[in-house]
Amino acid sequence: MAITGRMRMWSRTLLAAVIVAVCLVTTGASNPQARFNDLGHKMMCTCGCNQVLLECNHVGCTVSGGMRDELTRAIASGQNDSLILQSFVQEYGATVLAAPTTHGLDLLAWIMPFAVSLLALGGTIYLVRHWARQQQTATALTPQQRRTLEAMRERIRLETDTQETGTRQTGAKESL
Amino acid sequence: MAAFGSFALLIALILAGYNLLAGGVGLRLQTVGGGTAPIAPERLLETARRAGIAGFVAVTAAAFALVWSAFHNDFRLEYIVEHSNIALPGAYKFAALWSGQEGSLLLWCWLLATYGFVLRLTDKEDRRLHAYAGTILAGVQVFFLILVNFVAMPFSLVRGGVAPADGNGLNPLLQYPEMVIHPPMLYLGYVGFTVPFAFALGALMMRYPGDKWIHITRRWTMFTWMFLTIGIFLGMHWAYAVLGWGGYWGWDPVENASLMPWLTGTAFLHSVMMQEKRGMMKSWNVWLIFSTFLLSILGTLLTRGGLVSSVHAFAQSSIGTWFVVFLGIVLAVCAFTYILQKDHLKSEHQIESLVSRESGFLFNNLVLLAACFTILWGTLYPVLSEYVDGTKKTVSGAYYSHVMVPIGVFLLLLTGVGPLLAWRASSLKSLRRNFVLPVVAFWVTLIGCAIAGVKVWGDEGVFYAAVTWSLAAAVTTAIASEFVRGAAVLHRQTGKNMVASAVLLTRRNTRRYGGYVVHLGVVLIFLGFAGYAFNRSAEKEMPPGSSISVGPYRLVNIGNTQESNANYDTEFSQLDVYEHGRKILNEPMSPEKRVYLVNGQPQTIVANHSTLLWDLYVVYEGENPDTGMPIIKVFLNPLVSWIWIGLAVTVFGTLLALVPAVQPSRVAVMAPARTQGADALEGGASAGGD
Repeated sequence: MAITGRMRMWSRTLLAAVIVAVCLVTTGASNPQARFNDLGHKMMCTCGCNQVLLECNHVGCTVSGGMRDELTRAIASGQNDSLILQSFVQEYGATVLAAPTTHGLDLLAWIMPFAVSLLALGGTIYLVRHWARQQQTATALTPQQRRTLEAMRERIRLETDTQETGTRQTGAKESL
Repeated sequence: MAAFGSFALLIALILAGYNLLAGGVGLRLQTVGGGTAPIAPERLLETARRAGIAGFVAVTAAAFALVWSAFHNDFRLEYIVEHSNIALPGAYKFAALWSGQEGSLLLWCWLLATYGFVLRLTDKEDRRLHAYAGTILAGVQVFFLILVNFVAMPFSLVRGGVAPADGNGLNPLLQYPEMVIHPPMLYLGYVGFTVPFAFALGALMMRYPGDKWIHITRRWTMFTWMFLTIGIFLGMHWAYAVLGWGGYWGWDPVENASLMPWLTGTAFLHSVMMQEKRGMMKSWNVWLIFSTFLLSILGTLLTRGGLVSSVHAFAQSSIGTWFVVFLGIVLAVCAFTYILQKDHLKSEHQIESLVSRESGFLFNNLVLLAACFTILWGTLYPVLSEYVDGTKKTVSGAYYSHVMVPIGVFLLLLTGVGPLLAWRASSLKSLRRNFVLPVVAFWVTLIGCAIAGVKVWGDEGVFYAAVTWSLAAAVTTAIASEFVRGAAVLHRQTGKNMVASAVLLTRRNTRRYGGYVVHLGVVLIFLGFAGYAFNRSAEKEMPPGSSISVGPYRLVNIGNTQESNANYDTEFSQLDVYEHGRKILNEPMSPEKRVYLVNGQPQTIVANHSTLLWDLYVVYEGENPDTGMPIIKVFLNPLVSWIWIGLAVTVFGTLLALVPAVQPSRVAVMAPARTQGADALEGGASAGGD
């Protein structure tokens, strides 16, 4: 009973911590200046400089100034971020967005790096574990032998740290 | 000089063609037995080798002819008209060699010929393997020489045959001191990877016994990697100092193109150790070096071919098709050779534990390749999206900062974890002993950041910055503990003090401890990258006497000036800098904007006051057309200096790793009698350092 109560307390504390963390992460972009900065970094200058809208610094760039003014007006008119971005896309085309959106084909742009990384990571872990199991079956050691082996490895490691070992590490007997 | 250069290139092509043909025939005759051949295969191979050496002379002559033409303002050449002018300073006339399509391809040829020249002169180690590598290099050389002879000719004359009085001048963005050395460094890296590629392909073709080819190419690969690293960072510094947007890396396709072979090259440098030490990952290594070479070619295609749009692509044309065909041929040759010879690449051992040095290398490779894939995916996504739904999407830094930062942080983690693991398997005891200090360093730094007022959970960038700094502390501790542990052993053995022992330790195993120094350099670089999350800026129209504040600094405009010289007009502001009310610089900062007379193109020259804590980075954005007053933008960029310090440490570590190790003097001692336990374990256990 006491354990259940303590667990409940812990779970509530954890939940409160998560809520606080989420609030901390999601707040902060509500004032107009922060929104201008945030949206201005989600769009590109369309003058052909390939720079983010708020980072375009070309002398006499006739495009970025107008776009910034447009963005300021849109924020002042009370439109939400999504609507503002949509209106810019309609006016300047899809290339105005600094990054792919998170729907349709564009979702693939975001998912692929992580999917490929996770797949490769999972595959590698599976493969290494498979090889390790094969090795363990082939060379089963008693606990005593394992302890001796570990001690020997430590000693070899300490001693070989101090000099270059160009030869291949094939067995304890070579190093000893 | 135009005729001289053209003939030199033609002769170089003939020599490279002969090298390829004679080398190929000679090697084939050697393989099948050339007893009935009219010429002995060895003599044929020797003529091929000499043709390669002569080819170097011919390409050097052509490169000299182009530089000579630039210095002598020979405006009969179209290339010189397009990329030089009379008022251009000498150093930039030299840089004109690589500032355009044709010249940069000639630079490719010349560097490849130079690498080939060195390779052919040092063939005594293994003549047959060098003959294979030399023949493959000749194949690559033929491709580039075809381009400069028939597709992108650096010596073509102006249309109509009438030379103009002056040229169009060099692109202003390229008129910066670093631009004189950045492209050659980058190209030394790109082109240099052809050598390990040629050795790997040659070794596979001839079913080379053992891993000697790896020993031969290790230095080549490390030198090449070092040049590519320097080239990439010089490019970053150039972007930082010239483009004037306050950053050093914009995830531009051309920047990405240089990073991709660097990532696979780095993976190769790590995984090749597994082949040397344990006879593992042979196929993996071969494909890593193949991929690195292919990505180098892809980089050239992206830079020169106009496949994707980029602010850095200074020399685009429709040459892309040639590169695509060449990439296809190289890939086909690699795949065919691999399929034919893959039984030669069987691993001698397998990984025995998930917690081992081998696994560390494997995961390191995995993360590096994941980073490479992500960059390739992001770079080519606009092309893909246009192909699929007809809309070309933009993939800028906003995308990469979300997908690449986690990968980079994970890579930094592995930089610290990998070296602490033992070969074959790590015991729980050794894990506890090796990891306790780095883990403590991590948490102390993270908590320290929070106490110091860093809002760790407030913003994605700040969160990653805090984690990066904490990992940097952990990795530095891990590296330091490796030095201390090794030095302590030597201290006990030799009685020298710990510093002398650490120096001796490094000299005895330059490769391992040089590698650690490289890791330390990487840590410093990441330290600097993390500062980006705290960048601040302010922008203001500044008449004389006005001031602008950012962080602890206040800048007061003491005057705006305009000057002219033969090459450009310039306008700049002079700003006195105060920190907490005290003037800190004797000379005012002078950010300027130049407009080049010959082509009317503008260029930003940033004024930067750099300290270890931050850079005060000032940009003259131009005049407000309504008021005629200058607009000044000031950035306060934390920790940027550490990126350049990190580069210097990385280069030093690489050079250290290239120095041959000092062999310890050995004394014969009586071996103790073997125990039963040791006999039982014979052949079953091993651990050790690099």
